[in-house]
Amino acid sequence: MISEVHDSPTHPGRVSDTPPDGSPTHVPLAQKWTTHKAESKLINPANRRKYTVIVVGSGLAGAAAAATLSEQGYNVKCFCYQDSPRRAHSIAAQGGINAAKNYQNDGDSVHRLFYDTIKGGDFRARESNVHRLAEVSVQIIDQCVAQGVPFAREYGGLLANRSFGGTQVSRTFYAAGQTGQQLLLGAYAALNKEIHQGLVKMYSRTEMLDLVVVDGHAKGIVVRDMVTGKISTHAGDAVLLCTGGYGNVFYLSTNAKGCNVTATWRAHKRGAWFANPCYTQIHPTCIPVSGDYQSKLTLMSESLRNDGRCWVPKRKEDCGKPPASIPEEDRDYYLERKYPSFGNLAPRDIASRAAKEQCDDGRGVGPGGLGVYLDFADAIKRLSEGKIRERYGNLFEMYEQITGENAYKQPMRIYPAVHYTMGGLWVDYNLMSNIPGLHVLGEANFSDHGANRLGASALMQGLADGYFIIPATLPNYLAGQKPGQFTSEGPEFRAAEESARERTRRLLSINGNRSVASFHRELGLLIWDKCGMARTREGLAEALKKIPDLREQFWKNVRVPGSGDSFNQELEMAGRVADFLEFGELLCLDAHTRDESCGGHFRMEHQVEGEADRDDANFSYVSAWEYTGDPGKSKLRKEWLDYEVVHFSTRSYK
Amino acid sequence: MSPIVQSLCRFYHSSIGKKIIVAVTGLGLMGFILGHLLGNLQIFLGPDTINTYAKKLHDLGLLLWVVRLGLLAMVAAHIVFTIQLTRENRTARKQKYALDGTRKATKASVIMIWSGVTILVFIIYHLMHFTITRTNGYYDPAVSRYWLPDGSHNVYNMMIDGFRVWYVSAFYILGMFLLCSHLSHGFASVFQTLGLATPRLRRPIHVASLIFAWGVFAGNVSIPLAILSGLKS
Amino acid sequence: MAVSQSSLNLTLKIWRQAGPDQPGRFDTHEAKGIPDSASFLEMLDIVNEGIITKGGDPVVFDHDCREGICGTCSMVINGMPHGPKRGVTTCQLHMRSFRNGDTIWIEPWRAKAFPVIRDLAVDRNAFERIQQAGGYITVRTGSAPEANSVPVPKDDADASFAAAACIGCGACVAACPNASAMLFTAAKLSHFNLLPQGKPEADKRTLAMVRTMDEQGFGNCTNHYECEAYCPKLISVETIRQMNRDYRNASARETAGV
Repeated sequence: MISEVHDSPTHPGRVSDTPPDGSPTHVPLAQKWTTHKAESKLINPANRRKYTVIVVGSGLAGAAAAATLSEQGYNVKCFCYQDSPRRAHSIAAQGGINAAKNYQNDGDSVHRLFYDTIKGGDFRARESNVHRLAEVSVQIIDQCVAQGVPFAREYGGLLANRSFGGTQVSRTFYAAGQTGQQLLLGAYAALNKEIHQGLVKMYSRTEMLDLVVVDGHAKGIVVRDMVTGKISTHAGDAVLLCTGGYGNVFYLSTNAKGCNVTATWRAHKRGAWFANPCYTQIHPTCIPVSGDYQSKLTLMSESLRNDGRCWVPKRKEDCGKPPASIPEEDRDYYLERKYPSFGNLAPRDIASRAAKEQCDDGRGVGPGGLGVYLDFADAIKRLSEGKIRERYGNLFEMYEQITGENAYKQPMRIYPAVHYTMGGLWVDYNLMSNIPGLHVLGEANFSDHGANRLGASALMQGLADGYFIIPATLPNYLAGQKPGQFTSEGPEFRAAEESARERTRRLLSINGNRSVASFHRELGLLIWDKCGMARTREGLAEALKKIPDLREQFWKNVRVPGSGDSFNQELEMAGRVADFLEFGELLCLDAHTRDESCGGHFRMEHQVEGEADRDDANFSYVSAWEYTGDPGKSKLRKEWLDYEVVHFSTRSYK
Repeated sequence: MSPIVQSLCRFYHSSIGKKIIVAVTGLGLMGFILGHLLGNLQIFLGPDTINTYAKKLHDLGLLLWVVRLGLLAMVAAHIVFTIQLTRENRTARKQKYALDGTRKATKASVIMIWSGVTILVFIIYHLMHFTITRTNGYYDPAVSRYWLPDGSHNVYNMMIDGFRVWYVSAFYILGMFLLCSHLSHGFASVFQTLGLATPRLRRPIHVASLIFAWGVFAGNVSIPLAILSGLKS
Repeated sequence: MAVSQSSLNLTLKIWRQAGPDQPGRFDTHEAKGIPDSASFLEMLDIVNEGIITKGGDPVVFDHDCREGICGTCSMVINGMPHGPKRGVTTCQLHMRSFRNGDTIWIEPWRAKAFPVIRDLAVDRNAFERIQQAGGYITVRTGSAPEANSVPVPKDDADASFAAAACIGCGACVAACPNASAMLFTAAKLSHFNLLPQGKPEADKRTLAMVRTMDEQGFGNCTNHYECEAYCPKLISVETIRQMNRDYRNASARETAGV
């Protein structure tokens, strides 16, 4: 396992206790990726077949990586818990994908996308990774178009763009409100092409339960066939985790019900560092909660803020009135008031907190006063209802399905919800974790979004990692490995498999009287309350005390019906919730330790006029947590962030 | 197997290939139905017209047999491939749903196989009645009202006498109704299956389908009705 | 503006089946006090929670995103795939579409090509095989030309998108009286065949996907158009017309060797 200590060049006296990220240090930022590719190791095409790469997850990052590595000649095994790789949750992304194409001639460039992303991330992301992301963004669009992704187009047949929060250029490519599905179908098609040729072996309805580490290297995984219940191991020369984020630790989030932290958490327990878990993104435009039976939250694309105006009544007593009866002068268009230059397009964290602020002030609307209006009346007047329908028709329909309200006639009600998690396993410039051979891609890693992700950047990152970065960087690891060195018969494999089996047996034998979901809901509520949009030292301390108790109760009193050798959805959920109950504690510990506000991490103690008050001198580091046997006593390692090109500034969107 | 034969076999075995064969034969049969109707309607122009027309058809000789065999082949192919498709469709869903949720399918489309089978029975009866068998003594040289002086059939009188029997007319009308049902779905289906029913054409094709089906019904049924009501004698 | 909330008492007739080769039957479950703003799946969550606390086996059903895009949820409600509302998946169906006292019949997709795994969950791998046979444009990562080098007429891009909106849920198969997969296959074909990028492989793709579809045990399209009426993404049978045309032409060209 890598464990080096090095001085931080831009933070005198600060020492990083993580290894250097591995990007070339002898060239300027803009040349790092080109140089790194040129200096990377290669594997002879004839030898690639001898290497088996295990890809866990089949979303944008996983499907793109599996397909591309297979095209290059590696032997690929790909795993997903869904019944089809096409159902991975990347499918649900609506708004779009950023790329520095500058087709709009509005001053965009790779540097500007890089800068916007660093600034949007509140100066808590790595310069080298982010610059590479901006460079690669351009190729992604080319690749997707060639695959047949039906992006929106102008009448002349060329690609259309829209603008998105946190930027002042139009660089977002989109396919109505279904960009995620269309991009995933592209990657899925590429994957199918390889499956058809027998080059990728696909395992669907198969869940990863553990990572197998041999001599300090990631060499395999333990999986459970969710239909038959069979637990088995797979050996490979490298393991790629593309397993998405951990937003479901909040129980209610915009994630799919099946999204979970198990793969990354299990890898963490095998030694991989978990970085920045407290950076969670709250999306401002979700449909408000309507009752305690609610199982998930539904997001509506942030692109709605291009034409919708956020407001609440100026007076508390107006909150119960029909919105149409509140005259213009009694409405508070709070985003336009507070952030005149970005207005309704203020970045996600800012827009979310602003909504919370209005509701905390007692001026929220809808059930429980937890909602603000997003009003399209002006846009309809300006553009016509038809034009709005063309742009957002599916979102308006979805809103009506859920709420029973027609948003063409009355304003939508929205409220922030957990949407994306910027934290994830720590990786270096090669996307390799501190466990050699274990690579982490997409939302599952921590690398590109800092403390807050800009809209339309998640799709960009997933595809960048899968199509362009890992295929170039993986050989840096594989070249040093003798292919097929370990088989699943080895003692480490047997031991990992047996421990997964034992855990399943234990879950089934508790036979208590509370459902898995009830524990999950309780955990989620606690974390949303104490570690959600606004966090305090006391609240976090309380959560850190309560979570281990809840975990203990879970292991004493959960009821998991059925058996282990059949299709058992409660058992699947139980395993995932058990991991959330451990991970939740680390999330709160990280939030407690990070005694500043930045991006999606807002500590009430650290604010200036309601805005996040960063403490660059003491906290401009990545917190990489090492598992010690107890999540509450994890060891903190710091990777100080060295900014060579960008200068710290207060993130202002006023 | 030569690549050509192989491609053709794959076409015949494929779902769409079979559907196309059913559509093409259906189209041919619809042409026949239209021709047959126009021929029969000449009854309203008087005995001489229809009898002359019938004689002309008969005098085609070999060509008539080519047409007859062609029709027979089309009917056979239409039936064989339909039965194959239907059997596959039946096995594709063994367990039925508890409740019926039909939202768009018309009754005509759902009963295609049954309207088709009834039409087949009707055709057999119809052929036995007018072309093959000797009911009513149509082919008895002694019954002079069924013969013209030149030795050809007096089709006019054959039709009048045939349809005067109420149950013959009733079965005929039932047969025509099911043919109408069959055509109302079949006509539009042909264009969809052959890939011709573009979104812009779909509506006109649907309307044409109804006009054709009901036109065939009205035209054919007008004859027994006219005879039964004594308008034609 | 308060949202009106009332609650429903319902009788559920739910298909229970232990495995693919086991016999199945309808079991009766009472669902009490279901909020009308709950989604259909949340109603089942509530019922399952009750079953679990009573020591029973919860009803197995497939679901994931619960926002109508992943295509996982799949149940026939009162004979209607995805239930009574048009253009939505089961997860987007809300209980306000039902009335207090209703009896609701809940079944899995029924098709030979979609064997039941357990209760309401079915195996849709037949769809995977159809797509693997040719549902792609062969392009190697890194070899793509500049994105704007090939203009795509907006109408073609829009039509391709409309077909690509298919979420692969299988409601078309469930709704078709013949359990035919033609709307699904046609949607996948139209997505690629309509774009200039998809043209070079169009014949090969069409033949391969239709033939693979035929091998799965689906029925044949007889133009009832129930698929279109139940598609949660409102995919048009126009795609089937295009597939019929493309297959006809591709077969002719294959036979003639051009």
